[in-house]
Amino acid sequence: MYRSSPYKDFLVGLPKNIFSGFVVSLIALPLGLGLAIASEAPPIAGIIAAIAGGMVVSILGGSHLTITGPGNGLVIVILSAIVGMGEGDLYQGYLYTLAAIILSGFMLFIFGVFRLGALSEFFPTTALQGMLAAIGVGILAKQFHVMLGFTDVKGNTINQLTLMPSSIKNLLINPSGEVILASAIGVMSLVFLFLYARIRNSVFQLIPAPMWVVIVSISVMYYNDLVLKTPDVLGSNLMITLPDNLLASLPRPDFGKILSSNFMGHTLSITLVAVIESLLSIKAVDKLDPLKRRSNINKDLRALGIATGVSGFLGGLNVVTVIARSSVNVNNGGNNRSANFFHAAFLVVFILLFAKQIQKIPMPALAAILVYTGYRLAAPENLFRIYKIGKEQAIIFLSTLVATLMTSLTTGILLGILTTILVHIILNKSGVLFSRNWLKPNVLMYLEEETGNYYVSVKNFCSFLNFFKLKAKLDEIPPKAHAIVDFSLCEFVDHTVMEGLNDYSRSFSLQGGFFEIIGLDVHEAKTEHPFAIRKSLPETSLFNFQISLTKRQKLLQKLSTILDWNYLPDPVSNYGELERFLYFKTKWINFRYNNLESKSKDFLLFDLSYSEGAFIAKEDLRSTFLQIKVPEKIPVFALDKENFMTNILQLSGLKDIDFKNHPDFSKRFYLRGEDEKAIRAFFTDNLIYFFESHPAYYLESDGDSLLIRSKERLASIQEIKQILAFAEELLKILDNR
Amino acid sequence: MSTITFKKIMVGFAFSPNLKANVYESIRMAHYFGGELIFVHVGSKTPEKESRFKEIVTSSPIQPEKTTIEWREGNPVNTLLQAGEEFKVDLILLGALKRENVVKFYLGSIARKITRRAKCSVLLLINPSVERNPCQHIVVNGFDSPQTKDTIQAAFMVAKALGVNKISLVEEISSSEVAVAIDDDRSLRRATLKKERLRRREQTRVKDVVKKLPSEFTTDVNWTTQSIFGRRGYSIGHYAKVVRADLLVMNSQENLSFIDRLITRDLEHILAELPTDVLIINSRGNV
Repeated sequence: MYRSSPYKDFLVGLPKNIFSGFVVSLIALPLGLGLAIASEAPPIAGIIAAIAGGMVVSILGGSHLTITGPGNGLVIVILSAIVGMGEGDLYQGYLYTLAAIILSGFMLFIFGVFRLGALSEFFPTTALQGMLAAIGVGILAKQFHVMLGFTDVKGNTINQLTLMPSSIKNLLINPSGEVILASAIGVMSLVFLFLYARIRNSVFQLIPAPMWVVIVSISVMYYNDLVLKTPDVLGSNLMITLPDNLLASLPRPDFGKILSSNFMGHTLSITLVAVIESLLSIKAVDKLDPLKRRSNINKDLRALGIATGVSGFLGGLNVVTVIARSSVNVNNGGNNRSANFFHAAFLVVFILLFAKQIQKIPMPALAAILVYTGYRLAAPENLFRIYKIGKEQAIIFLSTLVATLMTSLTTGILLGILTTILVHIILNKSGVLFSRNWLKPNVLMYLEEETGNYYVSVKNFCSFLNFFKLKAKLDEIPPKAHAIVDFSLCEFVDHTVMEGLNDYSRSFSLQGGFFEIIGLDVHEAKTEHPFAIRKSLPETSLFNFQISLTKRQKLLQKLSTILDWNYLPDPVSNYGELERFLYFKTKWINFRYNNLESKSKDFLLFDLSYSEGAFIAKEDLRSTFLQIKVPEKIPVFALDKENFMTNILQLSGLKDIDFKNHPDFSKRFYLRGEDEKAIRAFFTDNLIYFFESHPAYYLESDGDSLLIRSKERLASIQEIKQILAFAEELLKILDNR
Repeated sequence: MSTITFKKIMVGFAFSPNLKANVYESIRMAHYFGGELIFVHVGSKTPEKESRFKEIVTSSPIQPEKTTIEWREGNPVNTLLQAGEEFKVDLILLGALKRENVVKFYLGSIARKITRRAKCSVLLLINPSVERNPCQHIVVNGFDSPQTKDTIQAAFMVAKALGVNKISLVEEISSSEVAVAIDDDRSLRRATLKKERLRRREQTRVKDVVKKLPSEFTTDVNWTTQSIFGRRGYSIGHYAKVVRADLLVMNSQENLSFIDRLITRDLEHILAELPTDVLIINSRGNV
């Protein structure tokens, strides 16, 4: 990781980061505009936040791959601040809110200075998810009407939800031409956003879905203008307006209400949500980092605070760390903070050069993006997933969701915490365990002198109330070490902790360490432990694989009897070895299923469920892989079909190992790996001829085994047979050496 | 360095269901340490009480060398402490209480006050029993303090007396000594290195203490060291529980102001939840 000097690494990585920053700016532009509009702020406010965030946090921040800008969670709080403080005058409300944003930036900075990043651990996971879902419902309810072309639906979230059928009715009965065009753009955009992940084409996927929506809808507007000669086909309330001269029209934040309790309330909720959203995102992005670096969250909070202050003075929204854009950054090869900077720089370019085109974006298109965002936050799958962890979790989730919708965000999350505590007390049939031990230290961690392992013992109870104590100790363990966490002295472990530990276990295994949890089996026998490791396999029972095999599964079973292999259709979550492969560096493996294994255990064919990106940029994938053990050690390499995407990546600095004597192979395949000499020696003439004469698979070696994938989808039985034949022949060549 | 011995042992007793176990355990301890026993009862002296108590003492399989029974009246804490000073006892034995239906032991308020104020060493027994439970593993604190030498020596002495062959010396190192806040990978590496250095330093110090002990104490005893980074006073108790030690030997508190008790530190963690039998060595009279 630290082979050469950091400056050289930085320079070499620069083209990649510029490229990645560019792709991110493509998604940041529509999201920035949309999120600002959704919060009733001027559209440019979102872009200002992204630019201030990108510039400041990339220089002062403590994380590596995060992208900063206006966040989804903030929409609801900023909206209520603008509407609440404006008392009818939205622009005045916006000026008051800018003051609140500046103050919340200051508070964020103070949070970072006093190292209060750990505060976010005090929120139970499920309650947080309930809160996020409520934010999603809020965004969806408001933007649904705009997507259909109705901008005058007012009221709170509940009202807007109940008005949804009437908006649909208005659309179907006697619509005006304007509404038909607007809703057509909106609905088509939404359908496209839902289908985008299904289209696996690297050129097409280069441009993020929201940007496609923007490009196509701008084209529609230009078509109306230039070809149909109907300018202003949509009213001004359905179009974006940007100020003509950005610098001259800077708004002045109005600190007039700073002493009122109303103002402080809004400031506090803005800060609270900013901290929660940022920390959740930073944590999530750290998990995606191929270099497995750990972010300095307190430093990041300080930078976010400064960025928020700057943004507020310039008339922009809050700056938070955002997960969807960050994941796009990771997927496009960004590897340090400069990507965040370039994303901001490209936004500046867009605003300066394309202001006119941007004003051609119809609101329904942006609303569709927001409806999609809201849907992803509030998707019913989330509730199903939580229900599977436990009924009590569903209760916590739903009560937080409803409380947030009915009251305000801060009240909602507080009620969520109270519900969680109540549920824990009911499950334990007594609150004494918690009240007596809450403030006492309960974690012991030491390096065992005989074995060199880190041993961690937890006493009494471990829940979101005191998880930060355990976390503080776990953070001290180098992730390459062997850690043992013992819960045998602990009477109660909650879901927040189990999920947190799962994250630790993941990051330990990714960095070559070992993370073991012991002593939980005692609980199930004694107290029917309610949150015991159920996290390992999140998606088992819903689809219930055993009950009836699909046609493909039956064929697989038949194939297994012909080959005399073992077939196991059930999902398995132990995929430890797979994470070593480059292919999964920026991907998230869920589970593998339909496992077909040879008796000698040399061949393992399986379907894998994994995902790429996060949140609205998330794509769930299922593909068939074949893993074969090789007879002797081979170099580590990855071989892929050369295509448009790999060509672009090569322009931005990735190296392709080419062979002069084999132009055909060099042109068709994209080969990479650290040890070029060993790889050149490994790819002998007959091996290259073999690859040239067979269908091109994605092939990767980790030294001991080969991973083969045909397409980024499940393979048919026919294709599976071809892969197997391919692998057998390949093994024969390797055996003959 | 004067050697700590337990030649005079005082036991406060009350007529509780545990009386027999307490008496048997006390006699056993006195026997091992080769000391005399002073039983003190705070309360009125009645003929039935006296005969009942004597009956228990005589029924013990091991007979003590010398016993005195004292009957006094007054405030239990003050009376017992006063008696201790009068007789110049070396050790006070106290029994712990068990929390209702959980396996957790704590000190009653009287015992707690005596422990805090006693000028001699105190042995807190969590589970006195009529039958003997052999003691196999002693955990002793080894942090940097003038008292620690005596405490370690006492632990080895007790180990000899009770036939214990395993002693773990635990150096608790306060996390504040590391003085590196862990934020990212770099600070983690720095903190790990710093800890390693501190660990070595502390180990050498503790090993030196043991090596300077008279060899009759250290032969045949299997001793190891273990450094723990964590809150002093808390970590060692938790450690003793984790390794299932039978006896924990600790320094007495150096000075206990009101504030110390408010922010529970050192001994107070142990007193609030006894992990095992605890022997608190008070060598202030000796130093």
